[in-house]
This record gives sequence, C-alpha cells and structure tokens, in this order.
Amino acid sequence: MKFLRNFFDKQYEKVGHKWHPLVESFDTILFTPNHTTKSGAHIRDAVDLKRTMMFVILAMVPCLLFGMWNVGEQHFVMLGESAEFGDKFLHGALRVLPIVAVSYGVGLAVEFIFGIIKGHSLHEGYLVSGMLIPLIMPVDTPLWMVAVAVVFGVVIGKEVFGGTGMNVVNVALTTRAFLFFAHPTSMSGNTVWTSGFGAAKADAAVKIADGYTGATPLGELASMTTDNPAYESITDFTTNGITMARALTGDYLGSIGETSTIAILIGLGFLLLTRIASWRIVVSFFLGGFVMASIFNLVAGDNAYMQLPAIHQLLLGGFMFGMVFMITDPVTASQTSKGKWFYGFLAGFLAILIRVANPAYPEGVMLAILIANVTAPLIDHMVINSNIKKREKRLAKASA
Amino acid sequence: MAKAIKIKKGLDLKVKGKPELTISEVSNSSHYSVKPADFPSLTPKMVVKVGDKVKVGTPIFHDKYREAINYVSPVSGEIEGVVRGAKRKILEVLIKADKDFTFESIDTSGDTKETILKSGLWPCIKQRPLDIVADYNKSPLAIYVSGFDSAPLAPDYEYILKDKKSELQAGFDALAKLTKGKVNVTIEAAGKNTSIFSGVTGIELHTINSKHPAGNVGTQIHAIAPINKGETVWTINAVDVARIGTLMTKGTIDTTKVVALTGSEVKAPAYYRLVSGAKMADLVEGKISSENVRYISGNLLTGENVGKEGFLGFYENQVTVIPEGDQHKFSFTEGWMAPGFTKLSNSQTFLSSLLPKKAYDIDTNTNGEERAFVMSGQYEKVFPFDIYPVQLLKAVITNDIDKMEKLGIYEVAPEDFALCEFVCTSKINSQQIIRDGLKVIEEECM
Repeated sequence: MKFLRNFFDKQYEKVGHKWHPLVESFDTILFTPNHTTKSGAHIRDAVDLKRTMMFVILAMVPCLLFGMWNVGEQHFVMLGESAEFGDKFLHGALRVLPIVAVSYGVGLAVEFIFGIIKGHSLHEGYLVSGMLIPLIMPVDTPLWMVAVAVVFGVVIGKEVFGGTGMNVVNVALTTRAFLFFAHPTSMSGNTVWTSGFGAAKADAAVKIADGYTGATPLGELASMTTDNPAYESITDFTTNGITMARALTGDYLGSIGETSTIAILIGLGFLLLTRIASWRIVVSFFLGGFVMASIFNLVAGDNAYMQLPAIHQLLLGGFMFGMVFMITDPVTASQTSKGKWFYGFLAGFLAILIRVANPAYPEGVMLAILIANVTAPLIDHMVINSNIKKREKRLAKASA
Repeated sequence: MAKAIKIKKGLDLKVKGKPELTISEVSNSSHYSVKPADFPSLTPKMVVKVGDKVKVGTPIFHDKYREAINYVSPVSGEIEGVVRGAKRKILEVLIKADKDFTFESIDTSGDTKETILKSGLWPCIKQRPLDIVADYNKSPLAIYVSGFDSAPLAPDYEYILKDKKSELQAGFDALAKLTKGKVNVTIEAAGKNTSIFSGVTGIELHTINSKHPAGNVGTQIHAIAPINKGETVWTINAVDVARIGTLMTKGTIDTTKVVALTGSEVKAPAYYRLVSGAKMADLVEGKISSENVRYISGNLLTGENVGKEGFLGFYENQVTVIPEGDQHKFSFTEGWMAPGFTKLSNSQTFLSSLLPKKAYDIDTNTNGEERAFVMSGQYEKVFPFDIYPVQLLKAVITNDIDKMEKLGIYEVAPEDFALCEFVCTSKINSQQIIRDGLKVIEEECM
C-alpha cells in the first residue's frame, strides 16, 4: 500500500491548494486519515460517517440486484417471451446501471464543486442518495431527466442548507418529487414502468403480449374505483393479480428497487442488526400505515380499493422501501426518541391516506415522507419543550 | 434518604492495560510544577517570585478574583521559573525540589473553611454549575462525593484508600461543616458491603449500578437531586476527602498521591506513589514498551495530553499511555472498510460486536473526519441524564444562552459528555463545546 500512499502524498504537492479537497476525497476513501485527537476524549469509536453510509449502501444491494432481474423479467413479460435467468438479469443490468452511473456521476460532480468552493472534502451523504435515486425511478426515465433532477435535488435539497447533515427534506425524495411534478408524463402513467414499453408501442414491428397494459399494481388498484376497473373485485386482485406471495417476492411493475419485500427486508435486517436505522421509526411507520389501511378496511363499504387487506396494502408500491430506506434517514427524521414515534406514525398514516384517497397520486409514500420531513422539527420542538417544562416545574417546586 | 440509583445507559470501554494491585514508590525527582490550566477559568496572581524558597503548602499563586483561594507548592524547594504562553498567560510554575521536604504548618483549630482555604486544598472542591473551583462565598445545597471511578482503566478507590479510613472520616467531618445540606457519597451497588465508605458516619450513602458514567459525580447528582438554576452544589473526589482528613488531623497537607499507571503501552500497569505535580518522565521512565505513544495525565476520556516532559495534573489519580494513531490506515485492512475484529466500537458495524474481545488496543486516531451531526439517538445511549445532549450542544454552538439554560447547562460538566464524544460518528468534540458553553454562562449569567 506504500506506493498508493506515496501517490496521494505526491498529489497534494502537485495540485494547487484549491484542489486539495478533491485529492482528499479520494485519499480518505482509500486511507483513513492520520488525524489524531487533540483534546477531550483521546480515543474515538472506530465507526465514522463513511462506514455508516457504506453499510446503508450494502443494505440496498439486494434491492438493486433484484431490481435488475425484475426489469428484465418484466421486459420479457411485456413481449410475451420466455427467457433465461441470465438474459433477464443482463437486460435489467444494462438498463439500471446507466441510471446508477448518471446518478452518481452527476451528484458527485455537484458535491465536488461545492466541496472545492467551500474547501472541504466530499461529505458522505450523497453516497447513499446516489444509490437511492436509481432505486426509486421508473426504469424508462430518460437519463437526462435523472441528471437534471439530481442537480436539483443536491443543490436545492441539500447544499443550499449547508450540505450533509443540514438538509430539511430527504435528498433522494426531493429528486423524485422534482421529476414527478416537472415531468409527470415520464414518471407516471403506464408506459414508463416496463423497460422499452414506450418504444415498443410506437414500433409496429415489436409484438406486445395480448392485453399487456404496463400498469403498476397501484395503478390497477386506483382503477378499481373508476368505471373501468382492472379487476372484477378486490378478491380477484388478491388471488389472480398481485397475490401476497408476489407482493413478497416482487415480480411486478414498480420503481426499480421498490417491488421486492423480501429484498427490502434483508436490507432492513442488516440495518437493524448494525443499529444504523432507528427501529422506532421503522415500527411506527409500519404501524401508521397499518392503522390507516385498517381504518379504510372498516369504512370501505363497496369501495374496492379500501377493501384491500391492510397488510397486503403495505406490501405494495413504495411503502416497504420507504419504511426501510427513506423515513429512516437520520438527518431529516425526528432526532428525539419520543419524536421518532410520532414522526414515523405520521408518515406511515399519511402514505396510505394519500395513496388510497387521492386519485391524482397513485402512490403516496413520497409525499407523505416529504410532509413528515418538514414536520419533524416541529415534533422535536414539542418533545424538547416538554423536557424544558419539566425542568421549569422542578425549579418552581424548589424555589417555592 | 439513601438511594439505590439504577441507570441503564452508559458504556464500559474495554481497553488493555488494567493496573495490577501493587503500589511502588517513585523516587522524588527534582522538578515539579503547578499548572493554572488544571483549574478551568482561573486567573492566577503570583505571590512568589523566581528564586523564592517554598515549603510544602506555601502559596504559589492565588485566584485573582477570589483571593482567599490559595494554590500551593506540593514540594519544598525553590521556584525555578514561570512558563508563560500567549498574552503572558501563566502556563506553569516550575519548582526545583529539595531532597527532604519541610512543611508549612497550618492551624486547624479555627474555622474549617478558613483552614482548607489557607492550606491549599480548597481547589479540590469543585462546584456545579460551571465545573470550576468552588466559590467559598456561596453556601452549597449539598456536597457530593463519588466513591468510585468508572472511567476506562480507572484506579480502584477502595484499594487506594484502604489504609485511610480514619482520614476519610475526618475529611467527611470537615466537609459536613461546609454545608447545611448533606454530604452524599455514592458507591457501586456491587461492592456495597465491603466498601470502605460503608463504615463512615455523617454521610448519606447511596449506591448506583451499571456502567460508566455511573462513577461520574454528575450522573449521581442528576439521579439524587438534579441542580436547578440558581442552586450550587459542591463536589470533591474521594481521594481528596482523605487529604482534607489528613490536614485536619495532622495540621500539614499531604501532597503525595497514589497514581494508577495504565494503558496498553505500559509494560506492567500498576499503582505508584508520588508527589502531586511530578514530572511524567519520572513516573514512566523504563516502563513503556514502545516509542510513538501519548502520555495522558488522567483517563482516556477526560485526561490531558501532557507529553513525556510534562507534569501530572492536579486532579488526576491516573496516567494512561496509549499509542499515537498518526498513521494513515489503508481502508480495507485496518481503516474504515475493515471487517474490524479488533476495533473498539459502540456501533454494531464491526465484527467485534459479534465476537467481542476481552480488551482492545486502541490508539489516538479519530478514525474519520469531523462532520456535521448526522446520526441521531447515538449520544442518548450513553448519556444517563434527562437532558437532550445534541440539542444542548447545538444551543452552545449557536451561543443561545436562553436555550442552554432551558436545556440544562447548569447540570452538566464536560466530563459528562466524554462518552458522547467517544461514540460520535461525526467526531464532534463535545467536551470542548460544553466547556465553552459553561464559560459563556459564567461570564453572562453568574
């Protein structure tokens, strides 16, 4: 490793002072810096932000791999062809990896520019956002849109507030929300979820399987309350459509990484085992969603969408992915233990409420989490105020 | 009412270099020092000049604003020099010691407070809020003494004090005269029956379970009777109680102390008896197994890096020697991406959390760069106060005095945040932040 060390040491001398943050960013990825404690505690925990972030990325790997396979799977389902596992995976990888590359390339470039201006090395926040963003994109999102959205997300979502650790709303969801509102036709509807569906429709030479609509389960469910339902009844959906088993495995249409509950739960297990994600938020988010879905079950009447069993409801769409990777973002979540319960519950509750009650948005998780992000400081304020009140009461009692 | 305190939060750091229970003598060296920097927010005013002869207990300087507090020489000899820093701030007063010590004799028949002030032992008594030497003009609500030290590799007070039972009793009797309230002593629940403190009369004996910072007096105060705004309590180390006892019975001050020499780089960690203010080199010479090491006067969490040529601190009963971590570490083998069988961490991200070792080697590397706060809930796991630590730190960083008061700055000292500082993923120096906050409070609110 000596030659690598020498290489970096030389680069510091070679490049101007202004570019040191750039060299440092790469240096500190390969080498933990030689910084020592100056005062206070002479020893420090072995964990740092880089390792923490790396573990979140590792937790997303099952979702990424499954997502690649599923993109291929859905592509061949659209064509009505059968294909080997390898072909499906390869097709998916070729569609997903460019999005990952654009997300990281553009996002890190923006981060580096800010780093050089502010004179600090790369702060690790974007390493996670850069992987989250591809996983919550429909596979047919044009790459240039991904690039534009990433720039928006990083600059407006994070850097204007001061960078990693200072942002109010989740960067990945800011990116997603930007695309959702700026390019609605590319982010919703039925053509964007299957790799190559839009192009295939336009090309008469390509045969599409009979009856293939390209709709996501949530799109289909939303149609249940219209005059043109995708299924006869909710039982029809849960037995012939996306059954519980399929909701668990995830071989259906959706954003790249969000479909497989099993892959997501592997990630969750990893994050809880390493205690990076807050279990309080995860549990309360799930509870929030469950309570709302159960309320809908109770008041459903002949509204087919509301009849969908609560657990089944939660396993579809982005709910599970949001629960594990989005709502748990420690920077935008509530900071206090009590606050985390309210925060998670609120987000889960709103996610299902928006999903089911608002026909304009087939999925409510993104908006619910963004709303919860904005509410988090208020929740913390209230929790901390109760601590302050307690102290004031104690003082009043002592001086009485 | 004696309390059985139970706390759940905290963390015992398993570090190599626990001291053996043997006490050896360190022969008197010729150089000693008294350091104003050992006493936060003190402005010293010299009362001796270079070349003056001093005895054990002769005042060297006193507090410029609270003149009755004397800071005295731990040895007899000659003032060798005054080391000054920026703005002529006094850093150290060096004393060249005689072979045989002569002692100032102190009349102990008068007022107890006067006696302690005159003797030079007053600085042993600290006050909360602010964590500074106690203000003798105030009357404390109570006095708190921690009967044990739970810091990493900390000395065993029961062992150090085993022959000092009568001195302890005399010391506590003297302390009882300084407050209208109680003298509270807290000991480990596990050693309750065998404790040297259990036979002492005139004190309120509490027990506490659990791990560090259970031995921090701040933790104990918070559990017994949290400090409100406007209240003052005093704290004193158990070892110093015995020194006050010696003063009261003999009329001279005892400046010797037993220091635990600990840490992974010490060949044979054990206890040594020496004179307060001794030179580090005199203690460690020939006892250290490697070259590039850090000499800490105090424990790993709150001690001071004094270097081999530096002097032991006034309050410390421990010296810790660990390797410096000033090398770049390749990420995959020993850096941030390593599997981490040998890494000490409170996070669960290293394999050492699955296969824990009995004790770890640890160096002074920060293991990463400083970042903004990102993780939440991390401090709370090791901070047994009903206080929001991150929010309090942020109030200090933004210099919001009102918020600091509301969030409980009066109840804390820097040492209470030492574990927060250790576990912090973002490598934030919280002890220094709290010290800065206390300084602002002292200037603006006291």
